[in-house]
Amino acid sequence: MKTVKHKILVLSGKGGVGKSTFSAHLAHGLAEDENTQVALLDIDICGPSIPKIMGLEGEQVHQSGSGWSPVFVEDNLGVMSVGFLLSSPDDAVIWRGPKKNGMIKQFLRDVDWGEVDYLIVDTPPGTSDEHLSAVQYLSAAHIDGAVIITTPQEVSLQDVRKEINFCHKVKLPVIGVVENMSVFICPQCKKESQIFPPTTGGAEVMCQDLKIPLLGKVPLDPHIGKSCDKGQSFLTDAPDSPATLAYRSIIKRIQEFCGHHPPKEEHLIGS
Amino acid sequence: MEEVPQGCPGTGSAQAGRGASCQGCPNQRLCASGAGAAPDPAIEEIKEKMKTVKHKILVLSGKGGVGKSTFSAHLAHGLAEDENTQVHQSGSGWSPVFVEDNLGVMSVGFLLSSPDDAVIWRGPKKNGMIKQFLRDVDWGEVDYLIVDTPPGTSDEHLSAVQYLSAAHIDGAVIITTPQEVSLQDVRKEINFCHKVKLPVIGVVENMSVFICPQCKKESQIFPPTTGGAEVMCQDLKIPLLGKVPLDPHIGKSCDKGQSFLTDAPDSPATLAYRSIIKRIQEFCGHHPPKEEHLIGS
Repeated sequence: MKTVKHKILVLSGKGGVGKSTFSAHLAHGLAEDENTQVALLDIDICGPSIPKIMGLEGEQVHQSGSGWSPVFVEDNLGVMSVGFLLSSPDDAVIWRGPKKNGMIKQFLRDVDWGEVDYLIVDTPPGTSDEHLSAVQYLSAAHIDGAVIITTPQEVSLQDVRKEINFCHKVKLPVIGVVENMSVFICPQCKKESQIFPPTTGGAEVMCQDLKIPLLGKVPLDPHIGKSCDKGQSFLTDAPDSPATLAYRSIIKRIQEFCGHHPPKEEHLIGS
Repeated sequence: MEEVPQGCPGTGSAQAGRGASCQGCPNQRLCASGAGAAPDPAIEEIKEKMKTVKHKILVLSGKGGVGKSTFSAHLAHGLAEDENTQVHQSGSGWSPVFVEDNLGVMSVGFLLSSPDDAVIWRGPKKNGMIKQFLRDVDWGEVDYLIVDTPPGTSDEHLSAVQYLSAAHIDGAVIITTPQEVSLQDVRKEINFCHKVKLPVIGVVENMSVFICPQCKKESQIFPPTTGGAEVMCQDLKIPLLGKVPLDPHIGKSCDKGQSFLTDAPDSPATLAYRSIIKRIQEFCGHHPPKEEHLIGS
C-alpha cells in the first residue's frame, strides 16, 4: 500500500442506502481530474454491484508478473471486484466468512494498483467478516477514514450508529456521514416528498448527537438508478441535478479531509 | 479458525484433511480423522423442536435495503390478524417476545444492552447464535415461522438452511426492487435457493412506483431499466407474488414500531401486501408439511 496515498472505506450498517452508488461516484468525481489516480475496490463478495455500476460487466481480471491487474474504466480509474472473477453475473458466491476473508486478503495484497492517489473500498452492509478483515489487513497501512452512508429513517440510523460504534472500536477515523434519499422532488409538480421520513431527525440530528460531520444530503433522483443500471457516471449524465451538486460538494469535503490529514509513514491503526 | 486455507474443501467433504490445500491447516488432523464430517447433532434437535411449527418461510434477498424486514414484519402482522393462529407456551427454553398473544418475535436485538451496540462477530460466532435461536427458543405450537435474513448468500443463509435441513422449509420469499442493480443480486439469491434445494414461493417487488401525494402522478424512483421483477420472473419461471408501491407511511410505521397494515388500511401498498400474504398462505396450504421431509443442503 506504499504506492497508495489515501485510503477511504465506504461503510453503512444498513443495506440498500447507496454505498456502492456513492463509492462509484466518489471514484468518478475524483478521477475527473486526469492527474489524480483513483482505485475502486469492491469487497462485497456476495452482492458485488461495482462492475455493473461502473459499466464493466463481463470484464475479466488479468494476472501478470507483478500481480493482478485492475480493470480500467479510464486511464486513471481502476476497479477490482469479485464480480470480475465470476463466469456469469448470476452466479451466487456462497462462501462462509473464512473464504471471504481469504479473497479480501488477496485483493489487498495481490492487486497491482500502481501509484494511486485514492483507494476507495466499497463494503457490504454490516459489521462482520468483510469489515474486520479490511481494517485488519490494512492495519499497518493507514486508512484515512470511513465515509458512512445512511438514509433518513430511524431503522437505517440505528444500524448506522452500530457502524459508527464499530469504527470507534477499531480506531477507524470517521470522515463523516452522507444522507442519501433525503427528499424526492416530483418531476411533474416539483413539490418535495419525504419518502423515507426522518422520524427522529435524520442524519442531521444523529450527527449532532455523535459530534460527527454531516458531509451532505443527497436527494432521490430517478436518473441515479438509471445511470447505475447503464454503468455510466450520473455526474456526467445529469450535471445539473441537485443530487449531482450534492455529490460534488461531498466529494470536495472528502478531498479536504484527506488534504488536511496527509498519510504518515509507519502510521499504525490499532485493530 | 482465522487462517482457513483458501482452497478449503469444507469440513464435511470427502476431501477434508486430505486435499492439497489442507497442508499446514491447523485443523488438518481433525478433518482427516473424519470427526469434522459427522453431522451436527443440533440438526436433529432442531428437527424435533420444529415439529410444533407447521410452516416455515424464509424471507431472502441478495440485495440490502429492499424491504426484507419490513415485509417479514408485515407478513407476520397480516398472518396474526387471524386470532385463531394460536401459540401455546409450554415453558421450556427461551421465550420469544410477544407483540400479540399469537405473534412472538426473537432477534439478537433483544440481547443487546443498547440498540447502538455493534455486534462485530465473524461468521462462526453468528452461526452459533442462529443455531441457538433455532434450537433453544420455545416457540410452542406455531402455524407460521417467518425467518428474516440479512442481505447476501453467506453464513447466516447457509446456517439457516443447514440447521433446518431436517425440518422442512416450505420455501423462500425473495424481495427485490425494480432496478437491475438489485435484480442482479436477487438472481444470485435464486441461484442459491436452487443450489440448496430451497423451494422459491415467489418474488415480491418493493418500491415499484411512487404516487406523489400532491399531484397524484406516478414516478418510478428506481426505474426498471431491464423490465423489473416481472421480466426476471418470466425469464426464470418463478411466480411474481406482487408489486408494492412506495408509501412514506411504511417508513413511518416501521420507525414507530406499528403495523402499516392497520395504520394505513386503504393504501395501495397495504392492498398489495394483503394480496401477497394471501398467495403465500395458499402456497403453504397447497404444500402441506410432510413428516420426515428432508431438504438436501
